[in-house]
Amino acid sequence: MNPEIIKPENAVYCRPASFTEVSTHYCPGCTHGTAHRLIAEVLDEMMLKEKTIGVAPVGCSVFAYNYFDTDFVEAAHGRAPAMATGIKRVLPDRIVFTYQGDGDLASIGMAEIMHAAGRGENITVIFVNNAIYGMTGGQMAPTTLPGQKTTSSPLGRDVELQGYPLRMSEMIAKMDGAGYVVRRSLHDPANIRKAKKAVRTAFETQVRGLGFSMVELLSTCPTNWGITPVESLQWVEDHMIPVFPLGDFKVSAAVGDIRI
Amino acid sequence: MTRELIKGNVAMAEAAVRAGLEAYFGYPITPQTEILEHLARRLPELGRAFVQAESEVAAINMVYGAACTGVRVMSSSSSPGVSLMMEGISYIAGTEVPVVLINVMRGGPGLGNIAPAQSDYNQAVHGGGHGDFPRIVLAPASVQEAIDLTVASFDLAEKYRCVTMLIADGNIGQMMEPAELPEMRPLLRKDWPWATNGALGRPRRILSSIYIDPPAEEVANLRMLKTWLEIQKNEVRYKEYFIEDADFVVVGFGTAGRIALSAVRTARQQGIKVGLLRPITVSPFPFAVLDELASRAQGFLVTEMNMGQMLQDVQLAVKGRAPVEFYGRTGGMVPFPGEILKEIQRMATTKLSLTADPRQAWLERMLAK
Amino acid sequence: MQKELIIAGFGGQGVLFAGQVLAYAAMDSGFEVTWIPSYGPEMRGGTANCTIVIADEEIGSPLVQHPPYAVALNLPSFDKYEAEMQAGGVLVVNQSMVDRISRRTDITCIFIPANEIAEALGDKKLTNMVAMGAMLACLPELSLKDVQTALSNHLSARHKHLLPKNFEALQRGCDFAREHLAAQTAS
Repeated sequence: MNPEIIKPENAVYCRPASFTEVSTHYCPGCTHGTAHRLIAEVLDEMMLKEKTIGVAPVGCSVFAYNYFDTDFVEAAHGRAPAMATGIKRVLPDRIVFTYQGDGDLASIGMAEIMHAAGRGENITVIFVNNAIYGMTGGQMAPTTLPGQKTTSSPLGRDVELQGYPLRMSEMIAKMDGAGYVVRRSLHDPANIRKAKKAVRTAFETQVRGLGFSMVELLSTCPTNWGITPVESLQWVEDHMIPVFPLGDFKVSAAVGDIRI
Repeated sequence: MTRELIKGNVAMAEAAVRAGLEAYFGYPITPQTEILEHLARRLPELGRAFVQAESEVAAINMVYGAACTGVRVMSSSSSPGVSLMMEGISYIAGTEVPVVLINVMRGGPGLGNIAPAQSDYNQAVHGGGHGDFPRIVLAPASVQEAIDLTVASFDLAEKYRCVTMLIADGNIGQMMEPAELPEMRPLLRKDWPWATNGALGRPRRILSSIYIDPPAEEVANLRMLKTWLEIQKNEVRYKEYFIEDADFVVVGFGTAGRIALSAVRTARQQGIKVGLLRPITVSPFPFAVLDELASRAQGFLVTEMNMGQMLQDVQLAVKGRAPVEFYGRTGGMVPFPGEILKEIQRMATTKLSLTADPRQAWLERMLAK
Repeated sequence: MQKELIIAGFGGQGVLFAGQVLAYAAMDSGFEVTWIPSYGPEMRGGTANCTIVIADEEIGSPLVQHPPYAVALNLPSFDKYEAEMQAGGVLVVNQSMVDRISRRTDITCIFIPANEIAEALGDKKLTNMVAMGAMLACLPELSLKDVQTALSNHLSARHKHLLPKNFEALQRGCDFAREHLAAQTAS
């Protein structure tokens, strides 16, 4: 490479300042990295790095605190919204966000997420839904699709026995405390751009004190789905989006007025 | 300051406010609800944080979050609710952030009842939450002591970055006594070098109970042990009554301890040389003073509102050098002084065994009634 | 010195408040005092009671098995505490709510028509104060004046207008008990 062209003005890609200089531990093809990057870019754009406190979950993103150059705490499984409540209530001028997977948010942490939204806690939740438990090795999640094979639904999720996938965004959107609740997908560049805008809007919602904000991101898990990264992206489009339709489920009037 | 007649639960809540409590998160449960109710009114009027959480599980994790920012924070509950908090307590301990908790204990196990009990001693002192961690446990016996220990608990929690738990019971919580509340302390938000309050102009910080490398976890655990040994050295508190010339020593904490005082006084009037040792810190436990007493006392009577939990700590201190007897009431029953007096009289007039199991002997006496 | 007293009756008869007034009076007189109520679901519509211990030293047990003093404002309380009273004790009974005499000969029972006296004063809610007044005739450690001062000092502002009636209720109860005791001594 010609060293002459390595100049700041020529950069088309660089590490966001809100990232630390470490490599992530995520599997090849996993979209956690994409989700992380969207948050870091938004924190950069909004210059929030020095006033943000993140709350990491239990799950694949348990080490999220290693990757963001902001203050971070690590919650017990499912309790991130409660911990975020505790932080935000004593430091209302700081930005507090949780980063949670589907097992963390929609299963063990169901009470905490619903009540945080019900109280209209002025926090931002990034909900990564990949329809499976990643960290423990591919068990059924509350968002696992009907018929989807996992290590704990080896014959495919039988809705008669194992129930139906939970659509968290739709449920949370019903609550008066929620200001902004949307679902986006990370399976192609166009959708990633839309996801970025949603993450930005969610943080803007919090900065303006407009209530609870959540962005659900449909994500991949090639390792535990047992397919290649490219096939995984296609699988999101073909199988997940029909069950978890993309869209804005709650945009309060005040949030709707936000112009970025 | 003048004395005012004040209910134990309200006294603890107000004492916490005056000690600089900035945030409270809790869930209603009898017999501690007055703490939550008092703070529901008091904290918002002072511009401080109060949240009635959806459960004790959420409450303790809200406490955990607020504690990470370095403010004075607490929760309170009663036995079944404290059981729900055990997960969070372990995380808080593992993260080494200061938190104050109050358990106004009630009859158990299970749903039990709402009458006063001391059956969470082992949970508070020896167990409660997974993993290997120290905790300070204070046992007030009066409303004044409940106030003083609530204030002290914040200082202790911050000094050692650990969980400090007050174990009271329904009696202490519901009783009114004249007591003096401390002056309102100005709110001093300390900028602790560990607090996660936004990395403004400094390197970012992480607070976590995760040590994914076992060697690092071992280092953390050994650090906590070192802290614990410091606590044991510095923070033991107890109160002695009529101990100087005592042939027999009654040992009881909290409500059981003060009830025993009535029995000890009557026994003294009857010429029995009996004294009372009332541990105020049950963790750290006053092992040293018991060790000294064991070399000269003719016998110990442990009295508790449980089936003999602190008993085992007393036995550990006495090391078989003197007979240790037990008298308890359980399930929400509270002993009357006369019951303890009978035990003292029995000890003073019969030959005591060094080897008998005090709980078995007590059970046999209870069943014979 | 230590004196223990139990006040018991139906919820709504002002049992807990009467006990608190006594506790305030004891505190203001420089004594140590404990006030402890029955609490929880049994309070809703059932029988309420509180125990007050007054002493001139650190109080041990706030509960008492055999009270030397008790006030029973209803029949269930009379049944219960009559049996538990210490020999030689004083039991003030609200005669308006009981239909029998005492079975004990080793305690002093003061039967007082507290409801009727209170109603004559214009407010049935004063029953507790009438009965308390009767008890005060037997408690040399606390005078009627001490309790009246406690009432003035600790009654909330919005209830201050009730003070004269409360004072009168205490006085009527006390007078009744003194006459009752004098008659007993005479006979």
